[in-house]
Amino acid sequence: MENNLLLQINNISVVYSDVIQILKAVSMDVRKSQIVSLLGSNGAGKTTTLKAISGLLKPENGKVTEGTIDYGGHNVQNSAPETITRLGIIQVMEGRQAFKYLTVEENLRVGTATRWGKPYKKDLEMVYHYFAPLVARKSSLAGYCSGGELQMLVIGRALMAQPRLLLLDEPSLGLAPLLVKEIFEIIKRINEEQGTTLMLVEQNANMALQIAHFGYVMENGKIVLEGDAKDLRENPDVKEFYLGVAASGTIKSYKDVKAYKRRKRWL
Amino acid sequence: MEFFFQIVITGLSLGFLYALAALGFVMIFKSSSVLNFAHGGLMAIGAFLFLVLSAWARLPIWLAFLLTLIGSFSLGFIIERFFLRPLIGEALIEVIMLTLGLFYMIKGLLLFIFGGDLYSYPDFLPPVLTFHWGGIEVTGVYVATFIIGLIFLGLFGFFFKYSSQGIYMRSVADNQPAAMALGVHVRRVFALSWAIAALVAAMSGIVLGIINGINVHEVSDIGLKVFPVVILGGLDSIGGAVLGGIIIGLLETFTGGYISTGLREVIPYIALIIILLIKPYGLFGLVEIERV
Repeated sequence: MENNLLLQINNISVVYSDVIQILKAVSMDVRKSQIVSLLGSNGAGKTTTLKAISGLLKPENGKVTEGTIDYGGHNVQNSAPETITRLGIIQVMEGRQAFKYLTVEENLRVGTATRWGKPYKKDLEMVYHYFAPLVARKSSLAGYCSGGELQMLVIGRALMAQPRLLLLDEPSLGLAPLLVKEIFEIIKRINEEQGTTLMLVEQNANMALQIAHFGYVMENGKIVLEGDAKDLRENPDVKEFYLGVAASGTIKSYKDVKAYKRRKRWL
Repeated sequence: MEFFFQIVITGLSLGFLYALAALGFVMIFKSSSVLNFAHGGLMAIGAFLFLVLSAWARLPIWLAFLLTLIGSFSLGFIIERFFLRPLIGEALIEVIMLTLGLFYMIKGLLLFIFGGDLYSYPDFLPPVLTFHWGGIEVTGVYVATFIIGLIFLGLFGFFFKYSSQGIYMRSVADNQPAAMALGVHVRRVFALSWAIAALVAAMSGIVLGIINGINVHEVSDIGLKVFPVVILGGLDSIGGAVLGGIIIGLLETFTGGYISTGLREVIPYIALIIILLIKPYGLFGLVEIERV
């Protein structure tokens, strides 16, 4: 294993309820202190990949049936989330899953669960430094926060755990474009200043490829394309299918049947 | 007027007893949505354990008290580990039926050992606790109930509001998958909530024993009275359990004092039906936060 590799996924297959196969022989490398983004349409298996890493497949009756997930010398496939989070892998789930009946600050304190009893004041300050809007909402219930504040809250909460590998599932979901930009800038700063390695699942491919170092494209539970983010940005297929720009630079129309056919070739 | 104050004060301390009993019940419901029918059984175990240690083994009162609390805390852990954990992932109704079975098992076991007799604790309350004010006299047991209730409700409020472990427990009640993703040990939280619930139940069992003396039937049936209390306050609200307890306590003593002692036992359930008609979620039941 290369020295700067943090996480290596070797040929994993994931099956739900013993019958439904979602991932088929997926392999990925995540290097230290990089942002790796995972693109693909709905149902491609992006979230499942993240859950396979974080151990959250288990409560949903999912299992890694083949292959290994190697994280700094530990084989973490099918381990319990309590174990995996304590190794430094924290997943921020899709859909801003805040604790509605806890205040913002209490939400952040739950992030210290992996290192119970250790001081956390510095981390609180760090989170408030990155996500300034949270300071004013400190003692109000998370259930009454806006979508943008909630997204900041759940990312901040994960940072409280001092993760080495942070898995972000669609941080831009349902947010205004300006806010998306702000959040992506903060994610980039966290990566640069804290050295946190990030895996980013996104529908907003444009944004994701701008801050990522490396990218994978998934279709139907397989990886169909991988490369440096800047190469992917230039790739005509990615441009057309994920960045919404046709080869000529104009917005593509659904009328174009050829595009549909070309997409089929990937499967 | 003196009679009135007397009733208010007895009602309040009875209310604290109910609040304490309801607290453990609410805790289990909050963390795992299980209605714990065995709660009265846990109260009875605590009360009899204290009896054995204080009256039979003649340990000093403080030591007997401490050992009872430690014993019931461990019992809560054991019950969770051996009876409830295998049922994680099964339908809720199975878990609830299990607690009902557990209740009859505990009750049967206690009846087998102690029979249906009425026992009483050695008189250990210092006489200074008896409270005189004008013509009003409140006996030491009620003052003690009041003080113990206040201390423990305060401690639990503090634990859930400020301690990290308390906040983790609330996070599991709030959103279990999210808590799991952050590394909160969910099974440990369940075990801890059963242990704490058993501890509080034992505590309220002892207090009940101090007031009335203990009898297997009576102590375990008071677990049933927890239902009007928690439904009045809202099943998932600790503050509601406290207030519900006080209201039911006052309601009982007032009915007993002014109307008829025969009605006294029934009035909580009459109140329960009226509350369910008017406010089905209870006074402080969870109002679903929804942003529109």
